[in-house]
Amino acid sequence: MGQRDTRMKNAILAVVAAGLAALTPLSVAAQDAAAPAAPVAAEAPAATTAAPADPVAPAAPEASAYTPMKPTPGKGMPTSYEDDPVKSLHFQDQYSANGEYALWMHDVILLPVITAISLLVLALLLYVVVRFNRKANPVASKTTHNTMIEVVWTILPVIILVVIAVPSITLLARQYETPPANAVTIKATGYQWYWGYTYPDHGEIEVISNMLDEAAAAKSGEPHQLAVDNRMVVPAGVPLRIQTTASDVIHAFAVPSLWFKMDAVPGRLNEKLLTIKEPGVYYGQCSELCGARHGYMPIVVEALPPAEFAAWVKAQGGTMPGEAEAAPAAAPAAEPAANTAG
Amino acid sequence: MATTAEGFDAHHDHAHGHDHADHKPGFFARWFMSTNHKDIGTMYLIFAIIAGIVGGAISGIMRVELQEPGIQYLQWWAQFMGGGNDLNTALHMWNVFITAHGLIMVFFMVMPAMIGGFGNWFVPLMIGAPDMAFPRMNNVSFWLTVAGFFSLLFSLFVPGGTGPGAGTGWTVYAPLSTTGSVGPAVDFAIFSLHLAGAGSILGATNFITTIFNMRAPGMTLHKMPLFVWSVLVTAFLLLLALPVLAAAITMLLTDRNFGTTFFNPAGGGDPVLYQHLFWFFGHPEVYIMILPGFGMISQIIATFSKKPVFGYLGMAYAMVAIGVVGFIVWAHHMYTVGLDVNTKMYFTAATMVIAVPTGVKIFSWIATMWGGSLSFKSPMVWSMGFIFLFTVGGVTGVVLANGGIDDNLHDTYYVVAHFHYVLSMGAVFSMFAGFYYWFPKMSGRMHSELLSHIHFWTFFVGVNVIFFPQHFLGMQGMPRRYPDYAEAYHFWHQISSYGYYIMAGSMLFFFVNILYSLLAGKKAEANPWGEGATTLEWTLPSPPPYHQFETLPVITDAHDYHDHRPATA
Repeated sequence: MGQRDTRMKNAILAVVAAGLAALTPLSVAAQDAAAPAAPVAAEAPAATTAAPADPVAPAAPEASAYTPMKPTPGKGMPTSYEDDPVKSLHFQDQYSANGEYALWMHDVILLPVITAISLLVLALLLYVVVRFNRKANPVASKTTHNTMIEVVWTILPVIILVVIAVPSITLLARQYETPPANAVTIKATGYQWYWGYTYPDHGEIEVISNMLDEAAAAKSGEPHQLAVDNRMVVPAGVPLRIQTTASDVIHAFAVPSLWFKMDAVPGRLNEKLLTIKEPGVYYGQCSELCGARHGYMPIVVEALPPAEFAAWVKAQGGTMPGEAEAAPAAAPAAEPAANTAG
Repeated sequence: MATTAEGFDAHHDHAHGHDHADHKPGFFARWFMSTNHKDIGTMYLIFAIIAGIVGGAISGIMRVELQEPGIQYLQWWAQFMGGGNDLNTALHMWNVFITAHGLIMVFFMVMPAMIGGFGNWFVPLMIGAPDMAFPRMNNVSFWLTVAGFFSLLFSLFVPGGTGPGAGTGWTVYAPLSTTGSVGPAVDFAIFSLHLAGAGSILGATNFITTIFNMRAPGMTLHKMPLFVWSVLVTAFLLLLALPVLAAAITMLLTDRNFGTTFFNPAGGGDPVLYQHLFWFFGHPEVYIMILPGFGMISQIIATFSKKPVFGYLGMAYAMVAIGVVGFIVWAHHMYTVGLDVNTKMYFTAATMVIAVPTGVKIFSWIATMWGGSLSFKSPMVWSMGFIFLFTVGGVTGVVLANGGIDDNLHDTYYVVAHFHYVLSMGAVFSMFAGFYYWFPKMSGRMHSELLSHIHFWTFFVGVNVIFFPQHFLGMQGMPRRYPDYAEAYHFWHQISSYGYYIMAGSMLFFFVNILYSLLAGKKAEANPWGEGATTLEWTLPSPPPYHQFETLPVITDAHDYHDHRPATA
C-alpha cells in the first residue's frame, strides 16, 4: 500500500508539473501525446453554438480554439447490455486515482467476501434441506447450545470486518486529502433544474449547463439524458478543488466514472479534491431528489489537456491565474508524458 | 417436551366462563370501538393488506413507466389526478408516486402488519395474557393509523408544487419539503406521519407495558418466546425514535407555515440538521421493520425443525444489540452531505458492527435447522427464502457501509436494490411466513399448502428478477428517483419490470388462497403444526375464544426455558 501511495504522489506531482509546464510555449512537444483531441477540434466549430440563449457565459468568439470534445463510447458513461453484457453488470471504468482504488477495494475485497458469504448461507440451507428433512432425519436432535461455535461465528465476522475496514478507512483518508494550494477551483452550483459552474481563479467565468433535448443530443452524438449544452471544462491530470453548493434545494454533483459524489446544499460550501487522470468526457447526473426535473439536470465534465483548458478559459473571456508564481515547481518533471497520455 | 398441548384449556375447565369468553359485542361496537387485541390485530392486518395493494399498485405504475426510456404514462396520470398537461406536472407526478410508495409501504403496510397485526394478535397469546395492557388505547392506535393513511391519500389531491401531491420522497428533506413545495399537499403528508407516528408511540407503550407486566406466572423474560422479545425491542425503538421524527417534521411544518427557519440557511438554519434528525429516527425505523420479522422467523424455524431455537439467549440479545447499535449509525444515510472525515470513518466502522449480531442470527437459524427434522410447510419455505434473501440484502449493506464506496453508490439503484432485498424480501417474506404460520390460528381454517407454495416460488422468482438487476443499474450509475434514463440502462430496467409482472401475478395465488380457505378451508386444529409448535397460542383452539386465559397458565421451573407451554394439570 505504501508503494501505491508513493506512486500516486509521484503521479500527482508529475501531472502538476506537466500542467504548469503546459502553460509555457516550450511544452508543446510534451502535449503531443494528448493530441487525439485535436482533430475533433478542427472538425466542427459550428457545434459550439448549441446554446445561443446562454445568458451568462461571455459570448465566445466563433474562431476560438475550443470545440466540445467527442465522447469516447464506453468511457465516462454507462454501458448498455447490448454493447457489452459484462461491463453492464459492473461499475463504470474509473478515471481518478481514488476511483481506481475504490474499485479495486470493491472488486478484490468486498465482492468476493459478500459473494462467498451469500453462497455459504445458500449452501448451508441446501445442505440442511437434503440432510435434515423429515425423511432423512426423522428424529430431531435436542441441541440448543454450542458455545464454541457461537464464539466462532461471532469472532470470524469481526475479523472479516476488520479486513474490510482497513482499506475502507484508507480510502476515506485519501478522499479527504486537502487540495494543494495551486489546485484549480471550480464551484458547481445546483439550481432547479440546471447546473452553474464558476471558475473563481479564472476571472469568475460562469458556465450555465442545461440538458440537451433528444434531438440535440442525437445531433451532437451524445447519450440523451446525459448530454448538456455547456460542459464543465477542467484540466486533466491537475488537482481540482471541486466545491458544491445550491441556490434553492439540495442537489448532488455526481460523476460515476470519477467515483465522485457530493451534495450541493443551500447555505453550505462542500469541497473535495478531484484529479482526473486523462482527458475525456465524463457524464454524471444530479443525485439528490430536487423536484420535478430532478432527472433532467445531468453533469458533463470535460477534461482537457492543460493547454487546451487554458485556451478554453481564454475563449470564455477568463484569465489564467498569474503565471509568474507558478514557475518554481519544475523539479520532478521527469516523467510527464506517461500521465498525459493516460 | 413430553407435555402436549391438549392438557390446557381454560374454557373447558370452566363451563360458565366459556359463555363469557365468547360473548361478542354488536358489529359497530366490536369493530369500531374495539378493545379486543385479536380484533384489533385482524383490523391491522386487513388495513395492511389494503395499504399494501395501494402501495404495490403504485410500484406497478413506476415499473411500467420505467420499462422504456422516455416518459410514457406520467402525463396521463397527472391529468387523471387532476393536474395539468405539461411536462413538469407529469414529472412531479413521478415524485408523488415514489413518495407515496415509500410512505405507504413503510408506515401503512409493514409497520401495521408486523407490530399492529401480528404483534397485537400474538404477544398477549404468547405470554399468556388475556389482552393488551391498555385495550382502549390499542383502539386509538389503530384508528390514528387509519386517519394517517387518509391524510396521506388526501394529500394526493391537493397542490404540492408543480402538480398535485407531495413529491418530496419519503424522507421529506428540507428545503425541498419547505420552500421547495408550495401548497398544502406536503402539510397533509407531514400530518399523516404525525398521526401514524402518534399511533405507533401509543402502540409501543402498550406493548412495553403488556410485556413487562402481564406475562403469565413463571414466564420470566428469559422464557419469553423470541417473537415477544422482538416486539419488545421494536417497541423500545419506536418509543425512542418516533418522537425525534415528530420533532423534525413539526419543525418542517413551522418552517413551512409560521416563518421559522430551522432548516433554512437564510435564517441561520441548516438543511443538514433535518437529515440528522430524520435519520436518527429513520435508521432505527429500518430495524423496526425487520425485527418482528426476525422474531417470527425464529418461531417458525424452530417449529418446523421440531427443535428448540439454537442459542436462545444469543438470539434475544442479538436483537437488543441490533436495536442499540441501530441508534448510533444514522449518518451512513448521509455520507455525501459533506461530513468531515472522522465522522465518516466513525459511521463506517459503527455500521459494519451491525453485521456481527445479524450474522449471529443468520447462523443460529441455520444451526436450529441443523440436526432437526424439517418439514417444508409453507411458513418454513418462506422462512428459508427469508434467510437467503436477507443475507443477500445484508451483504450489500456491508458494501454500502463503507463511506468511500458509498461515494459512488449513494442514491443509485444499488441502494434501491439493497433496501428492497432487506425489506420487500426480508420483511415481506417474514410477513408471509408469519401469515401462513398463524392464518389457521387466526381464522380457524387451513389454507392450501399447494397455493402457498406456488405463491412462494413465483414470488421468489418475481422479486429477484425485479431487484437483482437493480444492483447492476446502480453500479453503472443509474440514480434513484428518476422517471427517465439514458438508453444504456434500458435492458436491465426492462428485465426489472418483467419481474414486477411475475411478482404481481404471484399475488393472485395469495388472494385466491385466502378466499379459498375462508370459504372452503379445512377446519384448523388447535395445533396444526405438530410437536415443534411449543408456544402458548397453540394450546388454544383455532380461532382462540374471544377472551382467553381467564385462568392464567402457569409456566413452571420444571420447564426448559425454550418450552413456553404451561405445565399439564
